[in-house]
Amino acid sequence: MTLSLEHYLVLSAVLFAIGLYGALAKKSAIVILMCIEIMLNAAAIAMVAFSRFVVPTLLTGHIFTIFIIVVAAAEATVGLAIIMSVYRSRETIDVTKIDLMKW
Amino acid sequence: MGIEIAFWVLAVLTVGAALAVVLTRDLFRAALFLVLCFLAVAGIFVTLSADFLAAVQILIYVGAISVLIILAIMLTREVQRGNISNKLSLPALVVALIITGTFSLVMINTDWNISAEAPLEPTTGPLATSLFSEGFVLPVEISALVLLAAILGAIVLVREN
Amino acid sequence: MPEQLYWLIFLLPLAASILIFLMAAPFKARPRLFGYIGILAVAASAALSLWALSDLLSTGSREILIPGFEWLAIGDSFRITFGLIMDSLTAVMVIVISLVSLMVQIYSQGYMHGDPGYYRYYGLISLFTASMLGLVLTDNLFMAFAFWELVGLCSYLLIGFWFERPAAASAAKKAFIVTRIGDIGFLAAILLLFAETGSLNITEVNHLAATGIIAGGTLTAAALLIFTGAVGKSAQFPLHIWLPDAMEGPTPVSALIHAATMVAAGVFLVARTFPIFEASESALLVVAIIGGFTALFAATMGLVMTDIKRVLAYSTISQLGYMMLALGTGSVAIAIFHLFNHAFIKSLLFLGAGSVNHATGTFDMNHMGGLRRVMPWTFITFLVASLSMAGIWPLSGFWSKDEILAGALDSNAILFWLAMITVFMTAFYMFRIIFVTFGGKYRGLGHPHESPRVMLWPLLFLGVLAAFSGLVNVTGGFGHFLGHGETTGFLEGFFSVFGHPLTWLSLAFATGGILLAYAMYSARWLDPAFIRQLFRPLHFIFSRKYLMDELFEKAIAQVLLLKGAFAGLQFFDSRIWDNGLNSVIVENAIVRRLFAGFRYFDEKGVDKAVDGVAGGTRWSGRILSKAQTGQLQVYALFIAGGILAILLFVYLAG
Repeated sequence: MTLSLEHYLVLSAVLFAIGLYGALAKKSAIVILMCIEIMLNAAAIAMVAFSRFVVPTLLTGHIFTIFIIVVAAAEATVGLAIIMSVYRSRETIDVTKIDLMKW
Repeated sequence: MGIEIAFWVLAVLTVGAALAVVLTRDLFRAALFLVLCFLAVAGIFVTLSADFLAAVQILIYVGAISVLIILAIMLTREVQRGNISNKLSLPALVVALIITGTFSLVMINTDWNISAEAPLEPTTGPLATSLFSEGFVLPVEISALVLLAAILGAIVLVREN
Repeated sequence: MPEQLYWLIFLLPLAASILIFLMAAPFKARPRLFGYIGILAVAASAALSLWALSDLLSTGSREILIPGFEWLAIGDSFRITFGLIMDSLTAVMVIVISLVSLMVQIYSQGYMHGDPGYYRYYGLISLFTASMLGLVLTDNLFMAFAFWELVGLCSYLLIGFWFERPAAASAAKKAFIVTRIGDIGFLAAILLLFAETGSLNITEVNHLAATGIIAGGTLTAAALLIFTGAVGKSAQFPLHIWLPDAMEGPTPVSALIHAATMVAAGVFLVARTFPIFEASESALLVVAIIGGFTALFAATMGLVMTDIKRVLAYSTISQLGYMMLALGTGSVAIAIFHLFNHAFIKSLLFLGAGSVNHATGTFDMNHMGGLRRVMPWTFITFLVASLSMAGIWPLSGFWSKDEILAGALDSNAILFWLAMITVFMTAFYMFRIIFVTFGGKYRGLGHPHESPRVMLWPLLFLGVLAAFSGLVNVTGGFGHFLGHGETTGFLEGFFSVFGHPLTWLSLAFATGGILLAYAMYSARWLDPAFIRQLFRPLHFIFSRKYLMDELFEKAIAQVLLLKGAFAGLQFFDSRIWDNGLNSVIVENAIVRRLFAGFRYFDEKGVDKAVDGVAGGTRWSGRILSKAQTGQLQVYALFIAGGILAILLFVYLAG
């Protein structure tokens, strides 16, 4: 079968769902961060797929992906810094124990 | 023909690695599976004729972000009881399955305007033109500022005093 | 000059201001650095302005329009573009602004030495210079308003520079509020013009006004509203009350803002939108009348003040009145010419007053005297500026004042005589200052000395300009540059003024004023105390500023509003409504019985219902608060569910 847009999009959706499950259902903050990266990668795949199949000569999807990667890098940096900070003050990175926003 | 096989192999690898990230007990193994996932995604980019992006993906994701994550795991290793689930695992599973199904359904049933043109190769030149001389210069500069802010923020957050 | 450099004229001081504020903390120990940054930036602006002027002159074109970028566009009907105009008016203004600002900043190196707020001072002065330059350069009414407000903000911050002094703080407040009243008029004019023409571009609007496309009534209304804004900023009657109080700020600030530039912004605005005024006879008349009246009105108050800066402040208001008079009698070029001369003269006078203050520690003329021996340079420059201000030939003030008088003569006899009497008064009060401060013997308590060189060089530079800046119009060249009049030869223009009787008349009035001042304060042929006694009621009115401050504050604010309108409303409410109506209707016995039944229903039914609602709300709140677990992942789950719902909804519905 020839590859078409739908293949990549379904791959992207599956990857996104896996990342989503991990982000919602895991206790360790670092694992949540890893799953967020998976979700971002899924979005990037979708972007590039759209760019390749719908407007191959404009590289808009690629540019978008570059910015996704930039933002993911910045976010991973700050996120890990926050995790370090929380670890230092609370001795844990179990997100179920960090619930100061409780009413 | 070759490209289809490559795609299927890489797809299975990606999904498998992602599942492994979520399901493995050992945190360090999960991080390593994440690296595998990123590499497989780079391969997917190659099948999409996005050569520059594949290189960027490997450089940044595998080269920098994964290292950061592994570093963080090393620093907080003894407090973690591994990769365990919290009490939302069932609702999250349900939501994830429904999302997969819905997205796939919507995507397959939408009529995309697929264009028959061949993709550009290599993409580096046209990407550089778009980014730096036609219209995307401002976002590039702003992303530089974002990265600067992220670095400064990270430093401030991790300082001792 | 390449197009990009025009933007630098106002961007450089802006960048300097931002730089100074950013660098304030790390470089606190070396404050002189901030002064250098500010001076460098404004010197570069001045150089660029001169280059622009030479370009304009050499190409012979009347204006250079620099298209800018589009800042905001809402649909097709509303777009704000930010471009620049460099025409003769702008060229003159940028040169004035940048040169005076440069001199003031150099002077401030000496005057503000050791002040703890040094960085704030230079940052604000650079910001002010940038905003003022932006105001004169912009081609869009909206941007002009934005810069107008910025200039007012800088004025507020600079008047209240020494904010720990309550007098300064309240003077800053007063300035801002009073000019705000005018600014509302300006904003209303912008809205009106936009509604009529659909455009905010100044050149377009002027063109539409000149070709008569805008209706008469609207045009007059717009012109009068713009003039309201000018009245506020240029301290004309009745919004002049803020300027004398604004003298609480540092003297270089008074020189820059309240003598040469910001208060000239009102005159500039009318000049910039002059086609709108030209098309409306009544608006021009209003401008001329208010200008002429203010000129005389302010001069009367300047006669009796004992604080040098206050006299100069009233003198500024009076001279601005002259400029408005010139505009009202139809000549933009003459008004701008007077603005040009006055800027140099007045800033020099203020800086000289600052020099005197630096030496004696006070501004009160009663504690001065005999300073001409101790501060010769300050004395000479001050004298030159006073002679120029009084309108003595061949100094600059003569040339512009003479033209204004000629214009007034042509248009209206009353205005002309008002202006002539003001000439007399101007000469009188300026020389009163000279004789009391620099003549006679020292009556104060300190040890006066000449100011340091960094303060003297600007005085000398401005002195040369104050003396000779008028010569640019001897050939009619300046006027021609601004589009009015023809040119004649230099010597011909120089001496031919003596052929008109008006010249002799104005010189006579001016010399008369100087002589009277000499008689009263130097030679003592007439005793000032005696004259004061003779004209006691007048003196009272003049020195109490026509009681206008009392009018605004007590009569209007306290009596009229607080005690009058608001108290009246309160009286009506408590006595008439509550007691009267209540007692007549409600207390009635029959009605009381009727309401007893209502009370039963109210207690049992309504109260229970209300309590029930309240209780139910709290119960449901308790239950719903269980959703606030404080755990991010729960919230994220809900978000994911929400996205799913939206996606399904959109897909199924569309």
